Parts: sequence; structure tokens; C-alpha cells
Amino acid sequence: MNQHEVRLAVGTEGLDAPVFAEPWQAEAFAMVVALHERGLFTWKEWAERLSVEVKKPGAAADGSDYYARWLAALERLMAEKGLAGHDEVDAVAAAWRRAAHATPHGQPILLENDPAKR
Amino acid sequence: MAARVRALETILTRKGLIDPAAIDVIVDTYETKVGPRNGAAVVAKAWSEPDFAEWLKRDATAAIASLGFTGRQGEHMQAVFNTDETHNLVVCTLCSCYPWSVLGLPPVWYKAPPYRSRAVIDPRGVLEEFGLSLPKDKKIRVWDSTAELRYLVVPQRPAGTEGWREERLADLVTRDSMIGTGVAREAA
Repeated sequence: MNQHEVRLAVGTEGLDAPVFAEPWQAEAFAMVVALHERGLFTWKEWAERLSVEVKKPGAAADGSDYYARWLAALERLMAEKGLAGHDEVDAVAAAWRRAAHATPHGQPILLENDPAKR
Repeated sequence: MAARVRALETILTRKGLIDPAAIDVIVDTYETKVGPRNGAAVVAKAWSEPDFAEWLKRDATAAIASLGFTGRQGEHMQAVFNTDETHNLVVCTLCSCYPWSVLGLPPVWYKAPPYRSRAVIDPRGVLEEFGLSLPKDKKIRVWDSTAELRYLVVPQRPAGTEGWREERLADLVTRDSMIGTGVAREAA
């Protein structure tokens, strides 16, 4: 693609525009900040992992997949450090999905509501 | 995506590595407390007080911290001042390093591939897309942020603002003017 065919997605957001499009983005963001403050990795280490993910081909030109890549970098780093393996995340994520499905609308979703656990 | 984030949070909480309440505090801080208004206060002070401007030029990390804005990643700050001869523009070609403590979290376009790749190759073209046409003889300096060093652009003070109080001046300082993709608003 020609560089100049890629128009910049110049936003019109003002100073008070929301910074996260969806709640999970805020949580993924905050987890990295919290884990770094706990000393589990240096910020340089984090920036390098994130850089690898955002430079992978197929990045959305409007930057809308940024936090998906952020999350991928976090998962990779946690797996590398032996803190949360890919299979473990898969299994707990599946349990969360089942719990969400089994929870009546309007009630808080709890992992205990995962039908597979009973 | 949401389920995977929850899964990670569950696993790390069980291991005692994160505290969900602390996560909420961080989210709240970045959603409501940290933002470009911090940076605008820094710029307005630099416009008003030559001593502060000097300090900001010499040691931006300390000068900014004196206003209560400190980075959480131990990063150093450098302030780059726009002049009649030079316009400054900030990018992070590596990922999306950004001066969080003074500007909050970056806008979507700052994190997007076109800006990250083109700001260095064709800064003048990029600025034109932001509606900013600079005179041909004005130099553009592009600063590439890193995990350790982040930049704050100090835009030029608009004409006709002599004697203004800092709070009033701060209203003229836009987020984009502190990244360099814009200039300060004109005095109304």
C-alpha cells in the first residue's frame, strides 16, 4: 500500500474524550500498570513486548485494535514469566464465558456460576 | 477479549499478584484524574514564569514533578519548546510511549500505524492532515519517544495574551499542541 493512501484517522476528541472504548481495555491497561508497580517487569521490558505485538502485520490503520495487541503482549509476558500460562488463561476464560451465559440478566457474573464447576 | 482479561485478572489475583481494588483505582485515575489539563498547567506556568520555563528546559522531570505530576514508569521527561524557527513534533515509532503524567493516555491516532510510520518520514504532510500548514522555512524536529524518555511540546504563546492569568492561559493549550500536531488556540 502506498504510504500516502493511508489517511490518518485524525480524531476530533477534545480534552475530555473517553480514553477506553470498552471496560476490558481499561482493565488490561491497569493490570500492566499494577504488575509493573509490583516490580514483575521493567517498563522497558513491557515496551519491547508491546512493540512486537503492534508491529505484527495486519494492524488496524485506525489503531482500534491497539488494546487487543496490548492484551496479547500481556498474555505473552505472563506466560514467559510463568505467572499465567496460555492454557490456564484459556480454561479460566472459558469458565467465565460459561458463567456469563448461565447468569440471569441483571445479576453480577460470578465464576462460581460456571455450570461446569458443579 | 473481555473473558480473557477477566481470566488473567482471576489467575493473577489468586496468586496474590494483583488486587482488584487497586486495578479500579488505576482505571479511575486514568479515566478522570490524569489528562492533558496537567500538561496545559505546565505550559501555562512556563509562559507566565521565565524561571519556571528555564527549569523546564533544563530538567523537565523535576520541574513537572514540582506541580505534582510524576510518571509511574520512572520515565524521564524532556520539554521541547516551539520557536519562530522550529516546530516540534512527538511520535513513538516503537509502540506508543507517551507522557502519561501530563497528557493522560494517547489518542487513538497516536497509537495507529499511519501516524507512527509517517510522522518521521513526512512530518510536514502529517501536519497538513491535522490542518496545520507551517511556513516552508520553518524547521520541523521530530522526537521519537522511548520507554525511558518522553517529550512534551511547549507551544508558542499566542499573541494578545499579555497579562493573562495562568488558568486563562491554560485554556488555550490543547492536547494536540503539546504533541505538536497542533498549535495553541488564539486569544478570543
